[in-house]
Amino acid sequence: MMEILRPGPLTTVQDLGRPGHAALGVGTGGAADRGSLRLANRLVGNAESAAALEMTCGGLTVRFPVPTTLALTGAPCPATLDGRQIGMNGPVHAAAGQELTVGFPSRALRTYLAVRGGIDVPPVLGSRSTDTLSGIGPTPLDVSTHLATGTAALRFPPIDFAPRREFQDQPVLHIVPGPRNDWFTSEALTTLCTSAYEVTSDSNRVGARLAGPPLDRTIRHELPPEGMVRGALQIPPNGQPVLFLADHPVTGGYPVIAVVHEADLDQAAQLRPGQTVRFHTSPRRRPPRNRRAQLSAKP
Amino acid sequence: MRALLTAGSRAVLVELDTLEEVIQVHESLRLDRPVGCVDLVPAARTLLISFDPDRTTRKALADDLSSRTGATHRSPQPRVVEIPVVYDGTDLAEVARLSGLTVGEVVRRHGTARYTVAFCGFAPGFAYLSGLDPALHLPRRPVPRTRVAPGSVAIADQFASVYPRASPGGWHLLGRTSAELWSIERQPPSLLTPGTQVRFIQVTS
Repeated sequence: MMEILRPGPLTTVQDLGRPGHAALGVGTGGAADRGSLRLANRLVGNAESAAALEMTCGGLTVRFPVPTTLALTGAPCPATLDGRQIGMNGPVHAAAGQELTVGFPSRALRTYLAVRGGIDVPPVLGSRSTDTLSGIGPTPLDVSTHLATGTAALRFPPIDFAPRREFQDQPVLHIVPGPRNDWFTSEALTTLCTSAYEVTSDSNRVGARLAGPPLDRTIRHELPPEGMVRGALQIPPNGQPVLFLADHPVTGGYPVIAVVHEADLDQAAQLRPGQTVRFHTSPRRRPPRNRRAQLSAKP
Repeated sequence: MRALLTAGSRAVLVELDTLEEVIQVHESLRLDRPVGCVDLVPAARTLLISFDPDRTTRKALADDLSSRTGATHRSPQPRVVEIPVVYDGTDLAEVARLSGLTVGEVVRRHGTARYTVAFCGFAPGFAYLSGLDPALHLPRRPVPRTRVAPGSVAIADQFASVYPRASPGGWHLLGRTSAELWSIERQPPSLLTPGTQVRFIQVTS
């Protein structure tokens, strides 16, 4: 059980989303930075798919009426438990009645708070996530919201702290060209990969709007609506990329020049307005599933 | 299948020739999902397939698709949904003017056409219905409304639809319906799923 005393600018309940419903117009949604959500859950002994809180720009104050084990991951924030400073990326035990206060992140954007047992709100289509675009799932947290916590938990992991993830000031995101890079001039992809793009304040869980050298099209007629993926760099007529994040629409009507590689999507979700980002086309390989077999196959 | 385009590290975009082909291939994949297929998004001329790279490969999906797209596949008995409509929409007169028809003729043409749900998008339960009378094909309103009432029956471009909930919208509003387009209590929650056939029935209240 937890009571929200101050919700911060935007705090929502998130898990790993609701895949499989896109044909009905319902996107996957879920935590913007999945790696941080998974880590927060592991640190308190939850299944990785449990629901936790996602804060945008910190700012949360919450009271725990009963003893609770919690963990904070993602964008590093100053945090206190009843005024005593606590660290990120490790399990913390709160006694009954204690208050957790999370400040403004020093880097990145989104911080995750997991509690042991997970947050127990009624699932919708198999997920407890708030989809800010479609309005499915619980509404964003407000003052005096009470959240129930679940009881399904695993054994505690035998660690006190997880390695801290580095959040870079000028991250480089690897991209896979396509599906519509042939709709653009031959220079467009080069421009995209040699310029810095600034993240504008007009960014949210749906997408990050970027400002930089415009990407020009050669095919100018309308694109019939087509399916969109998380990480898509959609280019509206003004040539400024929109990077689709967790709550992106299921379909879109502007061509996608490239898609951010799966391995860099969490980093993309941590982009902060005012920050610059760069793109790179060199492939980001998935680690081989069976390294031994790969090695022995060599002559 | 015209082409298989790359859509990032875990999705492919299948380009097809016609909307009918999209509906057929989607129906075939929906009824017999390839291993590792996570999600399907049928659209106007494409079908997006997102997949789990631990369970399948682009090559395996391509092989599976080429074995399906040649054969015509139709579900034996398409579902038919009738939607009651009161034709009192705020854009009726404007649609009549733009299409050079009388209001009565706009209503007649909208109501007699036979529609198929081509794909869903925009909002949960929002279905793009193909089959709109070509005389009623109009571009979207130049400035979208900030709020369209739930149940609004609307047209734009080559599609007809019904707004499932209050939202912004740039389509032309012909009327309203009491039909419940989206309910999470229902399985599936969307009344109009891809492949469903739809008829609009004029009612007076």
